[in-house]
Amino acid sequence: MRCEELSEVVSASDEGVVVDDWRARRHVETCLRCQAELVRYRKLIRALRALRADLLQPEAGLVADVMACLEDAGERHALRSLLSGHKVAYVGGLAVATAGAAGAFVIASRTRGRRVALAG
Amino acid sequence: MPDGGNFEPAEEVEPVMPLTADAVSPLVAAAREGDREAFEELVRRTSAETYTLAYRLLGNEEDARDVVQEAYIRAYRGIGKFRGDSQFTTWMYRITANCAVTSLERRRRHHHEELADDAQFADGSADRDPQAQADASALRSELNVALQELPPRLRAVVVLRDVYDLPHEAIAAELGISESAAKVRLHRARRRLRERLFPMPKEEAHAV
Repeated sequence: MRCEELSEVVSASDEGVVVDDWRARRHVETCLRCQAELVRYRKLIRALRALRADLLQPEAGLVADVMACLEDAGERHALRSLLSGHKVAYVGGLAVATAGAAGAFVIASRTRGRRVALAG
Repeated sequence: MPDGGNFEPAEEVEPVMPLTADAVSPLVAAAREGDREAFEELVRRTSAETYTLAYRLLGNEEDARDVVQEAYIRAYRGIGKFRGDSQFTTWMYRITANCAVTSLERRRRHHHEELADDAQFADGSADRDPQAQADASALRSELNVALQELPPRLRAVVVLRDVYDLPHEAIAAELGISESAAKVRLHRARRRLRERLFPMPKEEAHAV
């Protein structure tokens, strides 16, 4: 294994170790440059993990802003539901009226047909 | 937030309740039942972590605040689907990452400039620490600057994997990329950080 290949293996490892790759392990045992590379990667990974404990404090009022946004979003959602509810009622009413008119037309047609037959 | 985006250790700033699963699970359960006050308490306990992640991904306060608000709205609407098989904070990280990616894409579409290179990260604990911790503080500060100098797509992967410990699968899902693409980005990001922070003698010579 060459040093460049080992570098690929190490940078892909979450722990900065090469335990799973026997060729890499054997190379590291005899290569000072790669030993140094491994140490650097381990330091980097440790430093990155330690960052999680560093919290950035947001300006005061973030929680209140979030809750206000939720309130707004909730009202908008309720309004949309109301409007879509009205739309459904309107479409439903129209459908009922149309069905009623169609039914009346059919009944009227049949009645007229019977009258014509009786007259004939 | 402090001027310039100073990072400060959580225990220094205010008494924050520990975010163990046991501590928040009753709140999550109540919030799932529609208890708004319980949700507000969840926001209160997790907002610093959520905001910190958003800031790390986006690099500026205004966008980070917007993303935090968007993330909690999504969380509120989706909390009924949160099964509790992961921690609430991990779930929030995923939502926040997803919102941050959307924000970055929006920013790119509008041709806004990339993240500010001069974002000031500093370690607020330096002045009280002995020399032994000064080196670690200096490294943290350098690392924060180096992270901000990474392209956003590389930064997102290394922050989510190495700082917040999200699995590759989750990172790929939230960033809308394949798992193998996420691993390639992680590899590139780590390499750049390693070269920047711990250069080998040959690389130092190149840098000069």
